[in-house]
Amino acid sequence: MDSQTPIIIVGAGQAGVQIAESLRQEGFAGTLILCGEEPHPPYQRPPLSKKWLIEAGAVSALTLRGPAALERLKIIMKLDTRVQSIDRKRCELEFMDGTRLAYGRLALATGSLPRTLPVPGASLPGVLALRGIADSLAIGAAIRRCAAEGRRVVVVGGGFIGLEVAAGARKLGAGATVLEGLPRLMSRVTAPVVSEAFARLHRAHGVQLVFGAQVTEVVGHEGTVAAVRTADGQEYRCGCVVVGIGVTPDDLLARSAGLLCDHGIVVDDCSRTSDALIVAAGDCTARRMGDGELVRLESVQNAVEQGKSAAAALMGRERPFINTPWFWSDQFDVKLQMVGLSRGYDQVVTRGDLAKPAFSAFYFRAGRLLAVDSLNRVSDHMQSKRILDHGLSPTPAQAADLQFDLPSLLKSARETTAGEA
Amino acid sequence: MPRIVYIEPDGREVALELATGQSLMRGAIEAGVDGIEAQCGGACACATCHCYVRPEWLDKLKPPSDDELLMLSNVAAERRPNSRLSCQLIVEAGLDGLTVQFPDRQS
Repeated sequence: MDSQTPIIIVGAGQAGVQIAESLRQEGFAGTLILCGEEPHPPYQRPPLSKKWLIEAGAVSALTLRGPAALERLKIIMKLDTRVQSIDRKRCELEFMDGTRLAYGRLALATGSLPRTLPVPGASLPGVLALRGIADSLAIGAAIRRCAAEGRRVVVVGGGFIGLEVAAGARKLGAGATVLEGLPRLMSRVTAPVVSEAFARLHRAHGVQLVFGAQVTEVVGHEGTVAAVRTADGQEYRCGCVVVGIGVTPDDLLARSAGLLCDHGIVVDDCSRTSDALIVAAGDCTARRMGDGELVRLESVQNAVEQGKSAAAALMGRERPFINTPWFWSDQFDVKLQMVGLSRGYDQVVTRGDLAKPAFSAFYFRAGRLLAVDSLNRVSDHMQSKRILDHGLSPTPAQAADLQFDLPSLLKSARETTAGEA
Repeated sequence: MPRIVYIEPDGREVALELATGQSLMRGAIEAGVDGIEAQCGGACACATCHCYVRPEWLDKLKPPSDDELLMLSNVAAERRPNSRLSCQLIVEAGLDGLTVQFPDRQS
């Protein structure tokens, strides 16, 4: 590749930074430009709904790579700027301010956007969603105001973000109500036994949980939010509303440029898009799996691993993302760690103490382990991760038996391999 | 400010002066030191900030929590007696010169 024509990365989040860094590690010596919409240097997003939300710490506590690191890697930062369009024929980007930049190859790491409530009143002041630093600061301030004024925080959506924010609200002393449209918490990603444990946890900390709640309207009073109304006629009075009903991949730029998209920029295991000069990584992608199905993962690990793959692909190498997916969440004193993808499971067994809670849920399909959710069971999580990475599986009975030593599966697999060799 | 020395997997040394109260993980991430991933950002949930502490410093550090020990028992690289998670190591005045090495893999 002509080293004079730069590689441009659109999106300066976890995936964008990973692509840039991995490109240097892969030996790319040419011009490297990293573009971000926000004014901040690259930062970590997970704390925005967790620790940082409560502590309202300094922005520097989130920094992913500081100025010195970026300079050492000779990464040219173009912050506070938005790409308007991609001209694939000319290999050029057009920015909002009208400037154009030619690229040799292009990486898209545009992330995702919070879904908005499609109801009247959803754009009232005091209706908030979480994407970046500014949003986390606004939510933290609104929660503190609610706590001071004795008003409630209404969270729409009982998924990760919604529950983490509800936990944060309680920790800051505000009353919290979670309105969930489905019959249980985090239903898209966990089994009922895990949902129930989290429902008990939140209720024990004073969070009001409402299931089957169809939000029909956000009611304003004197220009700001006052209540949320549901289809059954209930009204939940509040001082602010936090909407956590999932995200949509930010694939607009790619779609407008004619790249293959299907609820996300379609990429293969190596982060390659339908254009040989363009790769994509992180929340903005939909990855084609071996069975042809498209999977969207919204996680740091996915951003990091797809970012590494994308950098390798830009250098003409194949480095497929094969690690088992994992996620985590902090809510009150429970550390939830999830590994694997449970879609399509037909059996769940639990290991440990459900009441505490300190247990893991093991998901199986036809007797083979797919995924494990661990609540305050760190060793189950770490051991299961290795077991899944090695393509191994305990039987459901073994998984449920606390006397059964999970790592022994790894040991016996090694011995079998040695025996065959 | 205490000086912390990081040794990258290929042996290169990076010395940083870090504010007390900051974790060794944060210092390394911000400066772009090679050999650390820190995917969970310091929540002790991923074990991708694994480091080897120079043995002479081991007993000057606060001992690992139960969670850290459990995470350490399953790190990607070899676990050694001086293995720690750098997100759990906090810079203090008495740690000037503390030296840690990152392994060749974190995940």
